[in-house]
Amino acid sequence: MGEKFIESWIYLAGLLTIVVLLGIIILLIKEGLPIFFDTPPWEFFFGTKWYPVSEPPTFGIMPFFVATLWVTIVATAISVPIGIACAACLSEVAPEKVRETVKPVIELLAGFPSVVMGFIGLMLLSPLVQSVFHLPTGLSGLTAGIMLAFMSLPIIISVSEDALRAVPDEFRQASYALGATKWETIWHVCIPAALSGITAAVMLGVGRAIGETMTVLMVAGGALAVPVSPTEPMMPMTAAIASGIGNAVRGGLQYQALFAIGLILFILTLAVNLIADRVLERQKRKFQR
Amino acid sequence: MNMHPKVNIAVSGPGSGAGIAALINGTTDICQASRTIKQTEIDQANDVGVNPYEIQVATDALSVVVHPSNPVTELTIAQLSAIYTGKITNWKEVGGDDAPIIAIARDTNSGTHVFFKEHVVQMQGLATEDKSLEYGSKILQLPSTEEGVSEVAKNPNAIFYPLGYVTDDVKPLAIKKTADDAGVLPSVATALDGTYPIARPLLYYTNEEPTGIIKAFIDYCLSTAGQAKVTEVGYVPLE
Repeated sequence: MGEKFIESWIYLAGLLTIVVLLGIIILLIKEGLPIFFDTPPWEFFFGTKWYPVSEPPTFGIMPFFVATLWVTIVATAISVPIGIACAACLSEVAPEKVRETVKPVIELLAGFPSVVMGFIGLMLLSPLVQSVFHLPTGLSGLTAGIMLAFMSLPIIISVSEDALRAVPDEFRQASYALGATKWETIWHVCIPAALSGITAAVMLGVGRAIGETMTVLMVAGGALAVPVSPTEPMMPMTAAIASGIGNAVRGGLQYQALFAIGLILFILTLAVNLIADRVLERQKRKFQR
Repeated sequence: MNMHPKVNIAVSGPGSGAGIAALINGTTDICQASRTIKQTEIDQANDVGVNPYEIQVATDALSVVVHPSNPVTELTIAQLSAIYTGKITNWKEVGGDDAPIIAIARDTNSGTHVFFKEHVVQMQGLATEDKSLEYGSKILQLPSTEEGVSEVAKNPNAIFYPLGYVTDDVKPLAIKKTADDAGVLPSVATALDGTYPIARPLLYYTNEEPTGIIKAFIDYCLSTAGQAKVTEVGYVPLE
């Protein structure tokens, strides 16, 4: 009886998660889709003007979409090379003792509250970015991207390190036997063998960068122009939702428009995570013997 | 709270629109606003059976601040409008150095965002009033007044419009209603006698005329003791 009882509880808990998740998706669709009766999808996606509190309101999310793109590109460009290099160092070069202490510390960094990262960006990084790049203001997509790079580094390092360590030792031995140096072994054997795991790590990092809100709200600058360069102030999609939702009356046009942005964000992060999942699955199968 | 232990008060401060939205959604009994309620909001409220009732408890002067090193000391409303619509983008066009203007606004959660748009950007009440004007797309919209002030304190090219937050790190500008008027610095005195051009009401909204505990609170706000408190915290009392 006891066994059965526990089993059904676990079953229920699993079911509940699925129900809640489906509920969120249904809510997003139900609240977000009606905006397209007011603003046609074409104008909504490609419109460059966002005036939610004007009469009549205009909803065009192009500036937010491009801003999210810029911030994510900057974050990825910084975090991927550093992350993979760090993972390779931990897995292939560093002694076991160092790895055992450094890796948990890096994973701890993932738990840093994003508002703290935003504060650091605001107080330390933004004046620095402003003076180094001679910008009129340090509140820009570049600053936000750098902060996001720090925030996605832990997950990239942790997952790619796991992938590198999953590469069978025979691969390395064979490489050394052929006279390859350590660097050649890492670059030509280990990283290519772990590539699918590393790709998954990158995708997870990108997913984190796309969805992050508080930091970009604080440091990205919040300008509504379609940004042509990452050094401009901009407002990514998450920041647009956060800075508008408090003012939105339930069921109103702005409320629907913000939910529609949420729906797009959800689809984006879901796609990224699904791809990451697939790739990880492939990595697992590769070394199953 | 000590006098009325059964009353639950939760203060939340995203901005006027949020408060009015909460009143309409029925999640609050009373909200503060730094702008008057919009007709669309009244319509939305009536649709769900809420009847907003307005009480003014104080007045507030909105200052316009720049970095202390900025040589500009006064601006007209029309110049401010041009700066915030993105027509003027360099300080030398308003008598300052040759440097780009970083114009900072609050985000759309804020009552100040809407008040400034109507009274400064669209120049309400002036001969040059133009209802079609909007904030320019290069304007920085920040989530809090403190963040705007700290950016102005750091950035010699920035301009912002805070209230009640003016510190020594930033310099308030004298505001001229039109180019022919004299510049007026924001203060309690100039807001009271109406010479400072960017002043606004500070309001409470309730559903229907307040009764019971809320009426007691409003009565206190309008009493001599309440109005003395208004002066004490840096706002302008009703009389």
